[in-house]
Amino acid sequence: MTINPNRRQVLKGTAAIAGTAIFAPAVHANPAPIKLGTLASLEGPLAVNGQDAYRVVELLLEEANYTAGGRKIEWIRESSNAKPDVALARTRKLVEQDAVDLVLGPLSGAEGIAVRDYSRTVPTKTFINGSSASQDNTLRNASPNYFRFNTDGTQWTAGLGEYAKNEQKFDEITVVASDYAFGYSQVFGFSLEYTRAGGKINYLWTPFGTSDYTSLIAQIPASSNALYVVYGGSDGLAFLTQYAQAGGKLPLLGGTLLADQTLFAARGPHRQVLEGTISAAPIGDHYDNPVWKDFLARYTKRWSKDIGQQTPGTLAFAYSANLQATLLALKAVDGDLSNDQAAFREALKKLTFRNYIDAEVKLDHNRQAISDNFLNKVETRDGRLQTVVFKKISNVNQTLGFPEDKYVALGAPSRANPGNVKL
Amino acid sequence: MSVEMFATVALNGLTVSALYFIVAIGFSLIFGLMRTVNMAHGTLYLIGAYAGVAIFYPLYDQGQPYAWIVALVAGMAAAAVFGVILQVTLLGWMQGQELRQTLVTIGVSIIAADQLLAIFGGNSQQFFAPDPLFGSVPVPLVQTGKYSAFRLFQVAVAVGVGIGLWLLLHKTKLGIIVRAGVDDRAMLSACGVNVALVAVIVFGIGAALAGLAGVIGGTAQPFGQEKDVQFLLTSLVVVIVGGMGSLPGTALGALLVGMAEQFGQSLFPTYSVMFSLLLMVIVLAVRPEGLLGKRLA
Amino acid sequence: MSIPGTLKTIASVLVLAALIALPFWSPDFWTTNIFVRSMVYGIVALSLTFLAHYGGLLSLAQMVVAGVAGYTIAVSVPGAIPANSLQLPYAVAIPLALVLSTITGLLIGAVAVRTREIYLLMITLAIAVSFYFFVQASVEYLNGYEGIRNVLGPDIFGVPLRTPKIFYFVTLAISLALYVLVLYLSRAQFGLVLQGIRDNPRRVAALGYNVALHRIAAFGVAGFIAGAGGVLITIFNIGISPGTVSTHSTINILIMAVIGGLGRPIGAFIGAIIFTIVDTFAADLYDRDRFNTLIGAVFIAIVVASPDGVTGFARRVTELLRKPFQIPAAAAAPDQLIEANVPSKG
Repeated sequence: MTINPNRRQVLKGTAAIAGTAIFAPAVHANPAPIKLGTLASLEGPLAVNGQDAYRVVELLLEEANYTAGGRKIEWIRESSNAKPDVALARTRKLVEQDAVDLVLGPLSGAEGIAVRDYSRTVPTKTFINGSSASQDNTLRNASPNYFRFNTDGTQWTAGLGEYAKNEQKFDEITVVASDYAFGYSQVFGFSLEYTRAGGKINYLWTPFGTSDYTSLIAQIPASSNALYVVYGGSDGLAFLTQYAQAGGKLPLLGGTLLADQTLFAARGPHRQVLEGTISAAPIGDHYDNPVWKDFLARYTKRWSKDIGQQTPGTLAFAYSANLQATLLALKAVDGDLSNDQAAFREALKKLTFRNYIDAEVKLDHNRQAISDNFLNKVETRDGRLQTVVFKKISNVNQTLGFPEDKYVALGAPSRANPGNVKL
Repeated sequence: MSVEMFATVALNGLTVSALYFIVAIGFSLIFGLMRTVNMAHGTLYLIGAYAGVAIFYPLYDQGQPYAWIVALVAGMAAAAVFGVILQVTLLGWMQGQELRQTLVTIGVSIIAADQLLAIFGGNSQQFFAPDPLFGSVPVPLVQTGKYSAFRLFQVAVAVGVGIGLWLLLHKTKLGIIVRAGVDDRAMLSACGVNVALVAVIVFGIGAALAGLAGVIGGTAQPFGQEKDVQFLLTSLVVVIVGGMGSLPGTALGALLVGMAEQFGQSLFPTYSVMFSLLLMVIVLAVRPEGLLGKRLA
Repeated sequence: MSIPGTLKTIASVLVLAALIALPFWSPDFWTTNIFVRSMVYGIVALSLTFLAHYGGLLSLAQMVVAGVAGYTIAVSVPGAIPANSLQLPYAVAIPLALVLSTITGLLIGAVAVRTREIYLLMITLAIAVSFYFFVQASVEYLNGYEGIRNVLGPDIFGVPLRTPKIFYFVTLAISLALYVLVLYLSRAQFGLVLQGIRDNPRRVAALGYNVALHRIAAFGVAGFIAGAGGVLITIFNIGISPGTVSTHSTINILIMAVIGGLGRPIGAFIGAIIFTIVDTFAADLYDRDRFNTLIGAVFIAIVVASPDGVTGFARRVTELLRKPFQIPAAAAAPDQLIEANVPSKG
C-alpha cells in the first residue's frame, strides 16, 4: 500500500522541472531549491495519522507545483514511530545530513517537545510544527525558531465545558482518559471551563494502550450525568465497544481524537454509542463553508482511489495549517532564506491568514497560533458517521482567555493537575 | 470493594484468563515438544485476526449469519499455514539450536508486523460477535445483573480447547508420541518416529490455536499494531508462572495472570501491569520451573 | 612477542589511531549521529555480548538496566525538565546511576539465574516489557509517556559534553575502557570460571565454585556496563522517555549484538555501527515506511547464513584465505600451526 510516491520519484520530478528553468530569465540570485524536511509517524501507534498527514502535505505541495516564493521546493520525507528519541534522531538527520532549510513536523506531543528542544541548538534553521499538540511546545521554554500554526490540545477543547454545563445541563461528569500528556491537556482545558461553569467532575484514568476496560466501566459512578471520553485510536475503539456491550447509556462528550475519522472508519457496536456525541475540535467534517468544502473536495479527488471518501483528520489538518503558513511566508520573502532566515522568520511572525477551514490564524508572542475552535455533533451523513459543526468559538488563545501569568502558574496539566480549579 | 464489584472483577478476570489460556497453550505446546521459544507467537495471533477480518467483513456485509464462524476457521487456517511454513522453511533444520531458532522467530515477527501494517493499515479493527452471542445475559451478583454473553462464551471455548487438547494428548497415538517427545526426543527418534513430521504437526496445531485466539480475542477487544507484543508477553508470563509444556500449568498460569491483571486494574489502575511481573518474580523465586512445570534438570 | 602478536598490536594501534583521527575529517553529523550513537548503544550491546559469550546467559533486560541508569540521572540532575528536588551534580549523579544499574543487574541476575538459557531469554524479555509499561505508567516520578528531557550532560573542562568532538572522545574513551574491562575479565579467574560454568556448570560446581553467585556477579558486571551506556544514551538523546526502553529498543540491542556476532566483544560495536548506518540511511536505500522489513530481513539472513554474525563471518573468510599457505595437516587449526612454528625459529 504505497500511497505516496517515494522520495526518489519526487526528486526526479523536481530535477526535470528545474532543468527547464535554466533557460528562463533568472529572477533570483539564489536559484537553488529550498529543502523542506518533513517528519511524521509512519511507524508505531500513530501510523494512520502520519499517512493522513503526508497525504495533505503532498496534496498542498503538488498544488503549489513544488514552488514557493519563486524557488523550487525539494521535499525530504522522514518518518518516526511517535517516540521522542526516534523523532530527534530523524530530525538531526534532516538538518545535519540532508541539510534541509526548514523542518515541518513532528506529529505527536512528546516528539514535538524533543524537536523544540533541539531547534534551540540550531538557530539558523526554522522549525514549523506538524501536529504536535502539547501546551509546552510553545507555552513554557519556547524556542525562538519554533513556530506552531495549529492550536494545541487544550485549545481544541474550547467551548465544550461551558456547553456541557450551560446548554446540556450536566451537573456531574465522569472523565475517562488516557494517562499521558495528550489526555492531560484535553482534560485540563475541559475541566477549567466546566468547573468555572459550576460542574462537578470525577476522574478515571487508564494507562495508554489499555485493551480491557470492563473493570473501569464498572467503576463509573452512578451519579454521573455524562461521560467525557478522552481516548483515541485503538483505546477509543476498545472503550466504546466494551461500553456498548456493557449496555452503557450515558450521553457522551468526546475528546478531539475520539470523534475522529480513524474511529468512524472502524466498524462495530461503538458506532451506536458514538452517534450523538458532542465534541470540540479545530475542524468538523461537515461544515457549511465554501473554503472548507473546496479543500475536502480537493483532498478526496486526489486520494479517493486509495482511501475512498475518508476526509482528513485533525492531525492532518494541523499539518495543512503549518505548511500553508510556511508557503505563505516563503512567498512573502520571495524565497529569501539568507541572513540565517531572519526575514523568513519575521514574515512567519507577522503572518495572518485564513486556514483551510476558513478560520483566521495569527501567532501570539510565543509563536503559538490563535485560531477558531468548533463544537461538533456526531451524526450519520451520506451513510457514514461524520462530525457536524454546530457552533464556532472564535479566536481561542493558548490560555483559553485566562490571564497568561495565572494560567501558567497553574502548572503543566497532569493527572495530579487536571484543571479542576476555579480561575 | 462491594460484593457486586468483586463479583464483576472476578468474572472479568476469569473471562480474560480464558483468552490468555487459548493464546498461551499453543506457545506452551510448541515449547514443550520442540524447545522452540516462538517469539512470533503474538504475530500468529495477529495473522489469525487479520486473515479472519479480511474474510469476515464481505460476508457480514452480505448478511451471512455464519460469517463469524467462517472467519474463525479462516483465521485458524491462516495462522496454521504460516506456522507450518515457518517450521518447514526456517526452524525445522535448526532443530536443537534453540537460540538460533528464537532469533529467527524474532526476525520473522519484525517483518510480519511491518507487512501487516502495510497490507491492513494501522487502524484497529474488530469482529462482531454472531447474533446469539451478542449483548448481555443475566448473571446474578454482578453489577447491573447482566454480563457480556460473548465473554462467557470465551470461557466455554477455553474449556473446550483444554478438554480437546487433553484428549488429543492422552487418547490418541499422536498425543502419545508428542508426550514421549516432551520427555525424550532422542529416544523417540530412535524408535523410528518421524519426529520432524510430528514437529510440523504440533507447530501447526499451536499456530492454529493462536489464530483461534486472534479471532476470539479480536471479537472481545479490538486488535491492531502492537497487540502481537502484548500477547507474546502474556504467553511468556503465563507459561513461566504455570510451567512450560504443561496443560494444567498453562491453565493455572492464565487464571492467575488474568485475575492479577483485573484486580490490579480496579485497585491500582496505574501500576496494574506490574502485578503480572510481581507474580512472575514470586513464582520464579519459589519454583523456577513454574507452578506445575517439571523440575528443571 | 610472537609475530602474529606483533601484527595484532600493530593493527590495534592503527585502528586506535584511525579512531582518534576520525572526528577531524568526518562531518559533525557523522561524528555525533553515526559514531557516537553507535558507541553509546554499542556499550549496551557489549553488556549483552559479555553475558551471552562468557556466561552463556542471553539477557534481553540490558536496556532495562541502561534505563535505570538513564532515569537515575534524569531525575536527579539540575536542568532536567520536569525539574527534580535532588539537583545533584553530575559528579554525584553518574556514580549513583552506575551503582543503581549494577544493583539492578544483580537483582535481575538473582531472579533469572536459577533457570536455563532459553527460559532466561523469556524471563528477561518479560522483565523488559514490564519495565517499559512501568516507566510509562509512572507519571509522578518519571513523567510517564513524555519522559524527562533537557538532560544535557556535564561540562568537561568548561566545555559542554555534547560538543561533537568532546562527546566523541569521551564516548570513545569509555567504550575502550569497558571493552578492555571485558577482555580483562574474560582472562581473569572470574571470567575463566564463568566460561567453565557456561560449558559445564556441574563440573565447575564440583570444583567448589558457587555457580549461582558467579552468574549473578556476571549480571552485576553487565549491569555496570549497560549502566554506563544508559547514562551516555540519555545525554545523547538529551533526555529519556519510555520509548528508549521499549520492546523495540530492546530488540534493536539484540539485533546489534547478533549482527556483529555474539562470539566476540568487538562484535557489539561493529553490529551497532552497521545498524546505525542502516537505520539512518534507510530512507535513501529503501522505502522509509518499510524500514522494519529491511532490518528484519537482514537480521534473519545473518542468523541463517552466519549465526556468529559479521565477526564470525570475517574470521571464516580470513581462515579460508589463509588455507593455501598452510601445510594441509594443520589447516584445521591455524593457531596450533603458529605455536608450533615459533620454537623452531627460536
